[in-house]
Amino acid sequence: MHFSSRQFADIVVATPVGRVDHAGAGQLEQSLAPILAESSTGKGGVILDFAGVDYISSVGLRVLMIAAKQMRGRGARIVVAALQPVVTEIFAISRFDSVLEVFPSVRAAIEKLSAPAFTAYDAAS
Amino acid sequence: MKRIRFWGTRGSLPVSLTAAGVRRKLVATLRGASGRTFGSDHEIDAYLDGLDIAVSGTYGGHSPCVELETGGSDYVLCDLGSGLRPFGQAAIARHGPGSPQTYHIFVSHVHWDHIMGLPFFTPAYIPGNRVCIYGCHPWLESALRRQQENPSFPVDFSYLRANIEFTVLEPGKHYNIAGMNVTAKLQRHAGDSYGYRFEANGRTVVYTTDSEHKLAEMTETNDIVGFFRNSDVVIFDAMYSLAEATTVKEDWGHSSNVVGVELCQLAEVRHLCLFHHEPANDDEAISRVLAETRRLEEITRTGEPMLVTAAYDGMEIEL
Repeated sequence: MHFSSRQFADIVVATPVGRVDHAGAGQLEQSLAPILAESSTGKGGVILDFAGVDYISSVGLRVLMIAAKQMRGRGARIVVAALQPVVTEIFAISRFDSVLEVFPSVRAAIEKLSAPAFTAYDAAS
Repeated sequence: MKRIRFWGTRGSLPVSLTAAGVRRKLVATLRGASGRTFGSDHEIDAYLDGLDIAVSGTYGGHSPCVELETGGSDYVLCDLGSGLRPFGQAAIARHGPGSPQTYHIFVSHVHWDHIMGLPFFTPAYIPGNRVCIYGCHPWLESALRRQQENPSFPVDFSYLRANIEFTVLEPGKHYNIAGMNVTAKLQRHAGDSYGYRFEANGRTVVYTTDSEHKLAEMTETNDIVGFFRNSDVVIFDAMYSLAEATTVKEDWGHSSNVVGVELCQLAEVRHLCLFHHEPANDDEAISRVLAETRRLEEITRTGEPMLVTAAYDGMEIEL
């Protein structure tokens, strides 16, 4: 699994690519750790761009849930965007689509989360 | 081993079909039959056989009790839930009360839903019968005696006149019982629970209920996969959704259909049987979970297809 991230004002767009299986989940957890630690209290958030993720296991979903709990504890948000069809089904079957916010695209997510970030995202696009 | 027969498949608490539930089934059945004509009972049966069990039947409501038909003369069961009562009635109807039988019963743990059937197990009251109860908890016998003590139950354990024997097994050790190779495994559950792997005549069945598989540690996951490895059937605790098991019901000691598929695929299991159904789920909800689990198996498959079923009271699996 590959991982990269971009900052738009108070929002980080994190982009894992590949399979988030047991090994990938560990990599995702490690990659997210500094981003979650740096996210400021009470504002902003993290958008996980899942356009390049073609599978996520229960361990990967658990990593997302732990990250969401950590963010919510500080009044910040973490959402998921641009799921591939198979991953969309996995989210539905596991009921994770009812405990994590899911958006059809990164643009839709960033528009919902932060006006300054949306402006910065549009300017960069 | 020849066959698995389910006498109780519900988790935590027995449930019964409600009048409203029966009516919903009747409405759906009649709607489906609209415009059809049936010339015989055979045609009616054929129509009903084509319907989902949520419409034409029910998953049932007895708490865990599963029979393994070994081909030998002794009976083998997993757990003493409320399903033990109809099993006992069926055994007496088959042999008559005057024909002594031997029953081997493996207990996952002594939470109420897994032992509540024993006071209603008629063969245990009949002298001459032999009831061999196996488990890994040292307090197995005392827990079963205690549930029949005053004021919890009016008939004391001492009234059970069959020859009742208790054997505490050691997890990880191989035992030869009733012609089967039996191995127990410690599972994550409040007060611990134990899964059982049964091997005989080239067939393997794993009974793993009341077990929370988190899969967070690779070593633990590999250990479980090894326990399931190449089984013909894994009877799996799929009580919660993964989201529930990861959030509000984390550490409640139960697993999900998603984790069941992952573990069984890794272990190259041939048949995953969803078990220990959530009592809050009606038949439609269980059928929906079954359909979704089959779909998950399909979209995540990397090897041979795996059969996925949801256990119901009365279901039989040929081995």
